[in-house]
Amino acid sequence: MGLLSDPNRRKALTSLLTRLNTPLCVVCYLAGIAWFMGLAFEPFTLRTYMSENAMGSTMVEERFPSGERALATGREFAAQKKKVGGMPVDWLVKTMQARGLEVFTQSFSRTLPFPDENKERFMVRGTNVYGILRAPRAPRTEALVLSAPCSPGNSNNQAVGLLLGLAQYFRSQIYWAKDIIFLVNEHDLIGMQAWLEGYHHTNITGMDFTPLQGRAGSIQAALSMELSSDVITSLDLVLEGLNGQLPNLDLANLFHAFCQKLGILCTIQGKLQRNDWDSSEGYTHSAQTMMLMVLKQASGRPWGDHGLFLRYHIEAVTLRGINSFRHYKTDATTLGRLLEGMFRKLNNLLERLHQSYFFYLMPSLSRFVSIGYYMPAFGLLAAILLLRALDLWVQIGSPAPVSQDGVGETEPPSNPGVLSILTPIVISHLTGVALYTLPILSQDTAVEHFPVSETEAVVLTAIAIYTAGLALPHNTHRLISGEATEQGWRVLKLAALLYLAVLLGCTALINFSLGFILAVTLVPAAACVTPHMPKSLGALAMVLLSPGCTIFYCIFLFQDLQEAPVTLPECCVLFLSVISQGILDHTLYGSLIYPLLALFVYPCWLLLWNVLFWK
Amino acid sequence: MAAPLTLVLILAVSIRAVLFRSSLAAQISERVEVVSPLNSWKRVVEGLALLDLGVSPYSGDVFHETPLIIYLFHFVVDYSEIVFMIADGITAVALYLSVKTYNKNVFRKQKYALEADRYPHDCLELMRSPKEMFYIPLKVAMFYLLNPFTILSCVAKSTCGINNAIIAIFILCTLKGSALLSAIFLSLATYQTIYPLTLFAPALLFLLQRLYIPVNPCRSSFWIYTLQYAFMFVGSLVVIVCLSFFLLGSWDFIPSVYGFILSVPDLTPNIGLFWYFFAEMFEHFRFFFICVFQINIFLYTIPLSIKLKEHPVFLIFMQIAIISIFKSYPTVGDIALYMAFLPAWSHLYRFLRNIFLVSCILLACSVLFPVLWHLWIYAGSANSNFYYAITLLFNVGQILLISDYFYAYLRREHHLSQGLYLQRKDGSEATLVLK
Repeated sequence: MGLLSDPNRRKALTSLLTRLNTPLCVVCYLAGIAWFMGLAFEPFTLRTYMSENAMGSTMVEERFPSGERALATGREFAAQKKKVGGMPVDWLVKTMQARGLEVFTQSFSRTLPFPDENKERFMVRGTNVYGILRAPRAPRTEALVLSAPCSPGNSNNQAVGLLLGLAQYFRSQIYWAKDIIFLVNEHDLIGMQAWLEGYHHTNITGMDFTPLQGRAGSIQAALSMELSSDVITSLDLVLEGLNGQLPNLDLANLFHAFCQKLGILCTIQGKLQRNDWDSSEGYTHSAQTMMLMVLKQASGRPWGDHGLFLRYHIEAVTLRGINSFRHYKTDATTLGRLLEGMFRKLNNLLERLHQSYFFYLMPSLSRFVSIGYYMPAFGLLAAILLLRALDLWVQIGSPAPVSQDGVGETEPPSNPGVLSILTPIVISHLTGVALYTLPILSQDTAVEHFPVSETEAVVLTAIAIYTAGLALPHNTHRLISGEATEQGWRVLKLAALLYLAVLLGCTALINFSLGFILAVTLVPAAACVTPHMPKSLGALAMVLLSPGCTIFYCIFLFQDLQEAPVTLPECCVLFLSVISQGILDHTLYGSLIYPLLALFVYPCWLLLWNVLFWK
Repeated sequence: MAAPLTLVLILAVSIRAVLFRSSLAAQISERVEVVSPLNSWKRVVEGLALLDLGVSPYSGDVFHETPLIIYLFHFVVDYSEIVFMIADGITAVALYLSVKTYNKNVFRKQKYALEADRYPHDCLELMRSPKEMFYIPLKVAMFYLLNPFTILSCVAKSTCGINNAIIAIFILCTLKGSALLSAIFLSLATYQTIYPLTLFAPALLFLLQRLYIPVNPCRSSFWIYTLQYAFMFVGSLVVIVCLSFFLLGSWDFIPSVYGFILSVPDLTPNIGLFWYFFAEMFEHFRFFFICVFQINIFLYTIPLSIKLKEHPVFLIFMQIAIISIFKSYPTVGDIALYMAFLPAWSHLYRFLRNIFLVSCILLACSVLFPVLWHLWIYAGSANSNFYYAITLLFNVGQILLISDYFYAYLRREHHLSQGLYLQRKDGSEATLVLK
């Protein structure tokens, strides 16, 4: 406690911190970025290992024989789908019943707040079909889920075929200790959302659905399958779920272990693993893989049908079959064996998956970075905010942590009232509320008056409000009583810095990637902004570092990493669609990114903008 | 001054009324930070239901409030929201009046001391002016009524608000010099949660000081008055306990309320220090550590009373803060009560050393509580260690806060007797070091 109570040491420490403030901030920022980039370097990562005893040591043998028959069923399903022009509910019910499952259906309908132009849907109406295989070996208190989406067009027919084939095979086995639910969901995530809400008797997104007639035990784990060709070259593992939640790492380990056992090429983020970590290509490769994961996680959207399970505390992943031009092919029988093996191991679970990590980043399938390793990268960035806040506190001249105990201190000349900083805070938050509520509320008015579609209306209103917020500070100045003092902006900036630090800290805890990406752009803006900068230059820099532009850079980077680089105009189009998707994700699945950005991050940035134009 | 107070009261009531009507109320009343097993409204309702069925409300392990509270709500359960708002209002008005009285006393004492020329000459800037003191009572009321912690606690209908009201009235009665009322309300507060027992010492010191009876164990007048006050306190406590017995017809409530507070059987997470510690503890050591933890709360009374015997009101503040940090089931409502006093010590501001650090800690922790709770309970990705880490940090922040105020208070007193600009023997400027 000597540091906190000895005035001489305190004085030395604070003077050191204020004198070296700027270099310290620069060092922290560079160190933060370097640390983050270093996470992809193999010697700094840990090798994945199976933590769960029940899945680690037990042996299972995969015997699934009938891949060809499953594909035939898939073709039959495709034919039926084409005949009915949608989900062949009757055929599915009949087929599942023929395989000895208890079959139930659930119909749902949902009107989107505005048309989804990516998937071309507005009024969605559909049916989920699911069959339950009751466990012969144990009280039916727990369940596993295998799901395949019934997508429009020609995709995912093989997934449904394989699902039905597995159902038939699983039915004849006696070792099941958990109920297995085979689910075919229509309209991908919307159907999945309806089914999950029906299963758990909740309704958080205001969807219409019929209650489920049959239920199994509490769901322990779920696998979602996407497969669109008879043979595949590799299998991609999708982990990122709603709000950046990730399944327990053991599930990924399980997948990786079986892929190795059965000789299936497995990828994550569509990238194969490389062994040459010491070469620069090897490092770039794993850095790209990790960056893709960070960007996907930061987007907060469910990147596969499994994404919605995570909210209910159910560990789930999506397996996506990929067919490229590689010579090495895997057939449906092997895929069936993979799923059989994974299900048998999950069947052995004695408790929920909880042994392994929930907070991790994966630079490759066999390597991971845990929270203890990646948090310092964020911590270094957040430290800048605190250093800056401390510096401002000293400048404001309050006696507290700085001065040598207040003796001989003169009172600060004029204490800026709380009211003077309350006005900008209230106004910027009201702008945030407008940004959150108005786009959807005012779409009808916008469509009436401008020649745009509803989706464009929503997106453009959002952008208009966002830009209009920039004009506000000039107006709020009139409201602040009298002259704006030097102290005034310092207090406002101090408040903004602390606000940002708390906000980013909380975000990073829930969704590290989002917190880190926001910190990378917002922290320099927050650290540097003063009213004494050249106005136009400062304004340009602030706009370039604003949350909206951050989204833009992320899209650009994401496309680049996916090896589908886009030009600037294309990126703008993508930007608009990403915003509409973000708003849709919020209303449809309850993703929190849009409210977070609109209600907290944007107002916080507006406070900094306010500091810049303090007169 | 009444007009601004009324304005604040109206504002506070309207905020609460809006929140009561919103969907947030149900969520807030489930938060572990806001309600504890002792004061949760859900449990009071359960107790009332049992009482209506003619069963003892303490049968079963749900209800742990005192009999007087349940009989109070037996009559006003339909108006519970109004009762809680009134309780908050009473607390604020009582604090307002007591701080006003206290300030008057302080100012009078300072005037006499100035007239007697007892302060060193360089201490003039430490003197308190009526202008600076004018708004303090209002700020105290505002700090209580508009503190988010109080609002949350009120909206969750935590009975903590009623306990706070009792303690506030006790403080008011003490400062007004009414020994009997002070003893009655002290016994009521003790009856409610045991821990306010430690406020006996400051109240006694204040009353003694008021009557110019020196605190001297060799003097008979000291002992006579102490016994008088103790008799009033114990007498009213016995009356209240017996009244509860006659109302309820059994002694069930003693183990169910006081046993529950003292032996801490419910380890639901809260913002206190008990739950994690006793969840991890081997059963074998439990009794010993419960004794240690509980004695810890009462232990500070003795050294603080000796050190602050000239300043009983500050001692009351310290005691309330210590209770709210170390009690077995703390909630944010308890914190709000002692935080309301902070404006009363605004003249200590220049001597505070860690206020920036501490306010950052408290602010960050208050936001992190719900976040980590979400990660632990809903997302399932964090665990109890994360939550407890924040609890620990929050309490360290609070301890730093009150020790900072304690140090600042003592320091000001030191300067008032020794002069503001201390010099070493060789004439250079001296600094005070706390080691």
